[in-house]
Amino acid sequence: MSKSSFIDALIASVVMLILTSWLLGLQLDNQPDGLRIILNDAAHTTWVIVGVVLVFFTQLFKAPISRVFSGIKSKGQDSGFKLPAPEEKPTLYRFLTIAALAGLLIWPFVASRGAVDLATLTLIYVMLGLGLNVVVGLAGLLDLGYVGFYAVGAYTYGILNTYFGVGFWTALPIAGCLAALFGFLLGFPVLRLRGDYLAIVTLGFGEIIRIMLNNMTEVTGGPNGISQIDKPTLFGLEFNRRASSDEATLFHDFFGLDYSSNYKVIFVYLAAVLLVVLTVFVINRLLRMPIGRAWEALREDEIACRSLGLNPTIIKLSAFTIGAAFAGFAGSFFAARQGFISPESFTFIESAIILAIVVLGGMGSQVGVILAAIIMTILPEMAREFNEYRMLMFGLMMVFMMIWRPQGLLPMTRPKMEMRNG
Amino acid sequence: MLELKNVSAHYGQIQALHDVNISVGAGEIVSLIGANGAGKTTLLMTICGDPKASNGEILFEGEPIHQQSTSQIMRKDIAIVPEGRRIFARLTVEENLHMGGFFLDDKAEFARLEQEVYELFPRLLERKHQRAGTMSGGEQQMLAMGRALMSKPRLLFLDEPSLGLAPIIIQQIFDIIEKLRDKGITVFLVEQNANQALRLSDRGYVIENGRIVLEDTGANLLTNEEVRKAYLGG
Repeated sequence: MSKSSFIDALIASVVMLILTSWLLGLQLDNQPDGLRIILNDAAHTTWVIVGVVLVFFTQLFKAPISRVFSGIKSKGQDSGFKLPAPEEKPTLYRFLTIAALAGLLIWPFVASRGAVDLATLTLIYVMLGLGLNVVVGLAGLLDLGYVGFYAVGAYTYGILNTYFGVGFWTALPIAGCLAALFGFLLGFPVLRLRGDYLAIVTLGFGEIIRIMLNNMTEVTGGPNGISQIDKPTLFGLEFNRRASSDEATLFHDFFGLDYSSNYKVIFVYLAAVLLVVLTVFVINRLLRMPIGRAWEALREDEIACRSLGLNPTIIKLSAFTIGAAFAGFAGSFFAARQGFISPESFTFIESAIILAIVVLGGMGSQVGVILAAIIMTILPEMAREFNEYRMLMFGLMMVFMMIWRPQGLLPMTRPKMEMRNG
Repeated sequence: MLELKNVSAHYGQIQALHDVNISVGAGEIVSLIGANGAGKTTLLMTICGDPKASNGEILFEGEPIHQQSTSQIMRKDIAIVPEGRRIFARLTVEENLHMGGFFLDDKAEFARLEQEVYELFPRLLERKHQRAGTMSGGEQQMLAMGRALMSKPRLLFLDEPSLGLAPIIIQQIFDIIEKLRDKGITVFLVEQNANQALRLSDRGYVIENGRIVLEDTGANLLTNEEVRKAYLGG
């Protein structure tokens, strides 16, 4: 019961008092002349005081109480050696993350419109790279038809929007789920194959999707594609110059700004940032869960996995499905950004680029994949003046890369821990 | 604990096991010896359900398991240290061990098992955060055993644990197998290194061309004339 715990207890009970007196002590009363705030009756006040006193004493005696409980648990644990504790996350790492995030958020307000648009495209590739990274980098399944799931996502939003007027934010999860469903359906017959055979079948799948979109003219518009797909809205606020319908509110009207098409670009960009951050977070979580470790174990040795009682089919299927879901998200985002989609956008070269991003970044490494996605989208843009030599340079770069850094830009690192006192 | 009754197995058209009868009692160390290609590994794989037995019955603690899938069988109190170790090379030692306890839900039990494995193989604790593929063969064998033990087995299969290891390391591995018996784990050992395996074993079987040709106590097999000639170098 040191001085600090007394202060802690005091602060906790004051906070408790402030919170509960608002919630329990006051009441809104509907009077004829409008709402009135009135004090609650004495019973409530008593309970508030009882609660505050309770909080004060639990906080005050927190240390002895928790000691009692920890004593029960840790009995018999102190035998011999201590397991090493995880190393603290380096502050530099945390600082860099925050700096990168801040940079991402400031970027659209300082950069030109074209640069922001390019950044949005980059973010889509980041999303695709991260998704494919689950399949190829972590689970070790070579998927050459990843663009098929991307197309499924894009066309889901395109079709839902044109035929049913579904908004972007509603269509996004549907697109993800549908792409995941396709991944699941493809996975079932295919996943008993491995290596080269799997690659060929997935390659075929990607082409089938594209050709199907090309030929289902009544629904997808065939080679003409789907145009005038709506942009995302901000809680229903549209970014157009004029409202699409009478009920719709416009962003610049709502905030009393002059119309500028930049708002739309910036908003789409910020939505992409949000989605990428979400993707990184979700995949990071998955990696720390048993399923993430199982993916990696499967990549290393399938027979060993089976000997441990794991079912390789389920593990592969989960990787395939989850990877496909992220492609679906990216796809519907792509459709929203372009406003126009056609089968042209989903050719094999897209699959190849996404795969190159994963390999270039370092299989399994998230930061590496993000870095590679940035390089792979920005370099071709910057090298535009080289025209036809562009792809040549690009190919050369890949060749040198594989000679000098075959493990990728930032290969996956295993979490490090330190042994304390030997 | 484990009983095989007239078990046969086929790879396609080819019959690899012929009417094998084997029983392993609780707490025993039983070894199976035989030459290359005699069917030792096939026998283990058949018990694990891959390939499935084409004929006969396999009982684990009285429960028939020969119809079940590999993942169902391996989730029982059975673990295998596969031939050639088959560790997860690019995962760390710790992650390898955690994969072993994949289906263990009880966290406290998990931690206890992990500690037990580290006590049994102090080398693994030293290398906890090293990538498994960068360790020596002996250390990898220890890791494979540790990983199998993490699933808290009562019956442990070891497929050629001495394969490609230095004699001094082999001795260590066999010492540990004895320790496992003291912990109450039943061990079924498949070995080419007949001498050391039989010395440790309560009982042994000799397999030839997919048939069990001999069955006796470990000590008797060691002195058996035929066995000496065929497997112990005269």
